[in-house]
Amino acid sequence: MIKILTKIDGINNVLENNNLLEIEFEKNNIIKIFNELKDNTELNFNQLLDITAVDYPSREFRFDLIYILQSLTKNKKIILKTFIKENENIESITNIHKSADWYERECYDLFGIEFINHPDLRRIMTDYNFEGYPLRKDFPLTGHTEVRYDDLEKKVIYEPVKLTQEFRNFDSESPWEGMENKLFGDEKSTGEN
Amino acid sequence: MKEVELNTTTINFGPQHPAAHGVLRLVVELEGEVVQRAEPHIGLLHRGTEKLIEYKTYLQAVPYFDRLDYVSPMCQEHAFALATENLLGINVPERAKYIRVIFAEITRILNHLLNIPAYAADIGAVTPFLWCFEEREKLLEFHEAVSGARFHAAYFRPGGVHQDMPEGMEEKLFDHFKTLPKFIDDLESLLTNNRILRQRSVDIGIISKSEAIEWGCSGPVLRSAGIAWDLRRSQPYDAYDKVDFDVPVGKKGDCFDRYLVRIEEMRQSISIINQCLNKIKSGPISIEDNKITPPKRNQMKKSMEALIHHFKLFTEGYRVPAGQVYSAVEAPKGEFGVYLVSDGSSKPYRCKIRAPGFAHLQTLDHLSKGHLMADIAAILGSLDIVFGEIDR
Repeated sequence: MIKILTKIDGINNVLENNNLLEIEFEKNNIIKIFNELKDNTELNFNQLLDITAVDYPSREFRFDLIYILQSLTKNKKIILKTFIKENENIESITNIHKSADWYERECYDLFGIEFINHPDLRRIMTDYNFEGYPLRKDFPLTGHTEVRYDDLEKKVIYEPVKLTQEFRNFDSESPWEGMENKLFGDEKSTGEN
Repeated sequence: MKEVELNTTTINFGPQHPAAHGVLRLVVELEGEVVQRAEPHIGLLHRGTEKLIEYKTYLQAVPYFDRLDYVSPMCQEHAFALATENLLGINVPERAKYIRVIFAEITRILNHLLNIPAYAADIGAVTPFLWCFEEREKLLEFHEAVSGARFHAAYFRPGGVHQDMPEGMEEKLFDHFKTLPKFIDDLESLLTNNRILRQRSVDIGIISKSEAIEWGCSGPVLRSAGIAWDLRRSQPYDAYDKVDFDVPVGKKGDCFDRYLVRIEEMRQSISIINQCLNKIKSGPISIEDNKITPPKRNQMKKSMEALIHHFKLFTEGYRVPAGQVYSAVEAPKGEFGVYLVSDGSSKPYRCKIRAPGFAHLQTLDHLSKGHLMADIAAILGSLDIVFGEIDR
């Protein structure tokens, strides 16, 4: 299977890891690759399980876009990965996998990744009129607004978040397991100099 | 330009509606009483679980999984525990595997014992609800006996389970599951040949084989369409490769088939539990590496090292090697998956939860087209929708 996969145009890297194939691909070839993966009888990845992203704010290609596919006939799961920049968009695969519709909407809602030719790209998880992309690493855990019912106005109103106690994120990474057991000058003892 | 007259009525269903199984807002376009379009608006129960998990250690993330699909808590902890163990590269002891399978199956019965009567109640039958809740209560006592909590158990943890079953539990389980098949027969006598139930569910919300795959369906919804696909069988985890069970499939993929598949799954679950009870042996219930699982309380009173380990595990937590993994389990509702990315620290860098209900709810528009408004309640009930997992 790995051999067939590596032959497909646009697939760069195939890694096998715990019965799971991890594949990197070029985002420009996405339609061709997904069609091939679905239609090739040797592969037959006919079910799209999920689309998600991982945010790495410090990288130039900020997002890892992840597609998880399953083949029911070959009993195999693969993870497809591509890298995209912050303001880049990517072709929607709703024409190939119907289930991509909501997955792409979710990805757009939570990460702000735009999918071109998506039939109905709206927010799905967050509130109507929500601003920002919550799963980006620079979005604060507490959010920006909070809601409450206002008795005078007789409606639910939005206000900036007020924290009675400052948000605490403990940095408990102390030298327990993480620190290398190394002494200064120890590299000299290896005897290369 | 020709003027087109629209004869449709648009109505708003929910977000507070007893048949919506939670907070679902549906915008339904009707022509007379026939559904033209049903558009779900979800997210009313969105709590940002995935974001919260990024700020918690791996152990602290476990209880969030109980609160996703709150009807079947342990199956979801199972997926997270498997994903974390996969990244850590550890193998849990034999006894823990059996305990997990037993409780995953109890959870499955619990889930179906809620879904079936809720579905029946949606289409007019009240008695099953009362009957099943009594049985559920008995099963929840087993949850309580092992974890101390009826629902939010936090019992399956990376590395094994939290604590061993109390003494005499195996016999109690064995005795209880002798009586449960009789209850399922009684439940069936009330429902399966019931005229109203059949009128309301046969040929309603049909999903074909190819559509079920195309829409990302899994679990009873996929099986009702006639595809014998079960992750417990095809990609076995824990002790599922050591037990024997049948995978029930439907013929048409309508609401009635989904009901029948669930009834039969309960019977198979009982059989799996009985096999596990026969095979389970005494032994450790979690890996004996104090860098991952905390030392026992009595050791902590005597050993300084044990105390340090305990302190570090509950403050910093354990570090997980960098990498990514996707682990899925056959939850009662379908394939529940966890995609976990670790950057080598003690907190997950990203934890994506793949909820089966999300994919199933997406098919609602397709399934309800051309049916009556009242059938939407039946279709929703048969898809087994729980908003905790869909909105996350």
